[in-house]
Amino acid sequence: MLVTGVARQLGGRFVRRIQRDPEVDRVIAVDAVPPGHHLGGAEFIQADIRQPTIARVLAESGADTVVHMDVTGTALGSGSRTTVKETNVIGTMQLLGACQKSPVVKRLVVKSSTNVYGSAPRDPAVFTETTPPKSLPSGGFAKDTVEVEGYVRGFARRRPDVAVCVLRFANILGPTADSPLASYFSLPVLPTVFGYDPRLQFVHEDDVIEVLRIASHDPERGTLNSGTFNIAGDGVLLLSQCSRRLGRPTVPLLLPAVTWAGSLVRTLGMTDFSPEQIRLLTHGRVVSTVQMRETLGYQPKYTTAETFADFARSQGPGLLPPEALAGAVDRIAALSRPDSGHPPTPSAN
Amino acid sequence: MADAKVIPFDDDRSRAGAVQRPQRRRSGGSRRKNGEPALVREVQPLPGRDFAQDDVPVTREEQEPERPQNEGGEVGESGQGGLERRIAHGLSFLRRRLTGDYEVDDFGYDEELTDEVLMPALRPLYEKYFRVEVKGIENIPADGGALIVANHSGTIPLDGVMMQIAVHDNHPASRHLRLLAADLVFMLPVANELARKAGHTLACAEDAERLLGRGELVGVMPEGFKGIGKPFSERYKLQRFGRGGFVSTALRKGVPIIPCSIVGAEEIYPMIGNSKTLARILGFPYFPITPTFPWLGPLGAIPLPTKWTIQFGEPIPTDGYPPEAAEDPMLMFNLTDQVREQIQHTLYKLLVQRRSVFF
Repeated sequence: MLVTGVARQLGGRFVRRIQRDPEVDRVIAVDAVPPGHHLGGAEFIQADIRQPTIARVLAESGADTVVHMDVTGTALGSGSRTTVKETNVIGTMQLLGACQKSPVVKRLVVKSSTNVYGSAPRDPAVFTETTPPKSLPSGGFAKDTVEVEGYVRGFARRRPDVAVCVLRFANILGPTADSPLASYFSLPVLPTVFGYDPRLQFVHEDDVIEVLRIASHDPERGTLNSGTFNIAGDGVLLLSQCSRRLGRPTVPLLLPAVTWAGSLVRTLGMTDFSPEQIRLLTHGRVVSTVQMRETLGYQPKYTTAETFADFARSQGPGLLPPEALAGAVDRIAALSRPDSGHPPTPSAN
Repeated sequence: MADAKVIPFDDDRSRAGAVQRPQRRRSGGSRRKNGEPALVREVQPLPGRDFAQDDVPVTREEQEPERPQNEGGEVGESGQGGLERRIAHGLSFLRRRLTGDYEVDDFGYDEELTDEVLMPALRPLYEKYFRVEVKGIENIPADGGALIVANHSGTIPLDGVMMQIAVHDNHPASRHLRLLAADLVFMLPVANELARKAGHTLACAEDAERLLGRGELVGVMPEGFKGIGKPFSERYKLQRFGRGGFVSTALRKGVPIIPCSIVGAEEIYPMIGNSKTLARILGFPYFPITPTFPWLGPLGAIPLPTKWTIQFGEPIPTDGYPPEAAEDPMLMFNLTDQVREQIQHTLYKLLVQRRSVFF
């Protein structure tokens, strides 16, 4: 098995986990930079997937399963947006070219994102795998994923003997997640877009690893693991709910101000608060996970709310911790009670 | 305090929380069947005022702007026990809101907020201002999906919101109506947020089918902007019903279509002109000019206090058709026409019965 993008936390975790599976003899971990974490004994090969050397690596390893996890929104360390885009798009093209030449590859798993649907007011409330986006993402990571998926579809047409699985993950959160949304939620005060309360969906890291595992093995009886699947936890959280559960106050800004501030911050290089991120935080996005349950046969362990709770635990308390607010309300409830002598009300519990 | 006046009311209250709202509602001006509307109407504002005084400090402290609305809408409560219960209820509500401990569905529908804040905030408009009279509520099934198709008018889509309250407040099962709204609603700030939280979603086949598939009651106004932005001279003349997409959606899901006629909404903003230039600049489908708007500024945006009637008609079943019927344009046009005729016919009937626009 060959895994790309292992220098990231998620890739590293997946490599460590997958080696415990009996079906897996050998794991070759590939990335352009050596990982900062251990890979649990997997063979690490430092290769840039943007270079044709990846074809040699694949041919020499004789891998029958390729898990492509090097499709990411942010640069690792000090990479520019151009590098990220090249790794995403050119890297995928090179890797697919290598897979096409390899006679032994039987299975290809690609980590994609629900970003491919974009985020617009004209979109239906819930996206299924077949919903065409009303407004295609115009740039950034979202456009990369759209292009990557296009190349993967082309590959699937040319090599019908290879089982191709595209996993569109919702926003990945968890104690160690390093996604742009996670860094957004760790701001002390959350800037939001005035007059919009987007619906967000999260998927837990543990579920991501499990789904990748299911997709990279032979399918279980009665399930099918080739095709395109939305992967998200059950339920929906509004951004306002997220901020309250985190205990971080929000600052509503007008949309033009947010766009402007976003580009300013980006120019200064402080964070990667990209335009599609702003769109997500304006209009939100919800996907249907019926295919994941019924075809892929996977039940996520964490709902969106549980994922967020797990993430919130890993973050420090905010400026307005929900417990403190609840306590304040309870005190008011206690104050209002003695003058009538009624038994405690549910609000006090 | 107003304890003495409201003693008869409190009897109803103490039985169960769920009974509270219907009781109060029936006492509103719109429902004449109640034996003693005069007494109750007189009493209602008083405890409300008391209540507001009691709660002002709480509101300030927590900086929760929704609370006064909530309490304002829940007037008609009294007695020490009742007050106590209401405070407890309000505080537990406040606690859940502040800590984010509430649920929304995939569409962003926040049932608690709708029940506790949005509907009570609009109920005075419904009960006191437009004095909505509802007929034929028994035509709405107690459970399962159904598509309510209504006429659209009034420059601002107040008719949809009023229909939502009408269904919820009059239906024995207190069903929630999920409205399908134009994409413009979801582009505007604030409006989109409120619409989503009140359970509205974009008028597209995917969303409508998803909601109907879950057994929800879905409301649609197929005239769209053609209906809501038509000049005053064309009032109560139904416009074209889109491409009949609502019929194929109902056919695909096999749910009944319930025609609904709304009288009174046409006159709230008599649109005598339409500034196409301004509309184009602002990106709106029309820019209304009424005898008062925009001449009187914000004052001109106050709707006229017309008397409304909402009549739900006989359901038109769609489950007897084969699955491919949704693809049959002839059948679709026939059904669309049938629904349209029925709404138009009922509109004329209601107009003949109406004594005056305002009473």
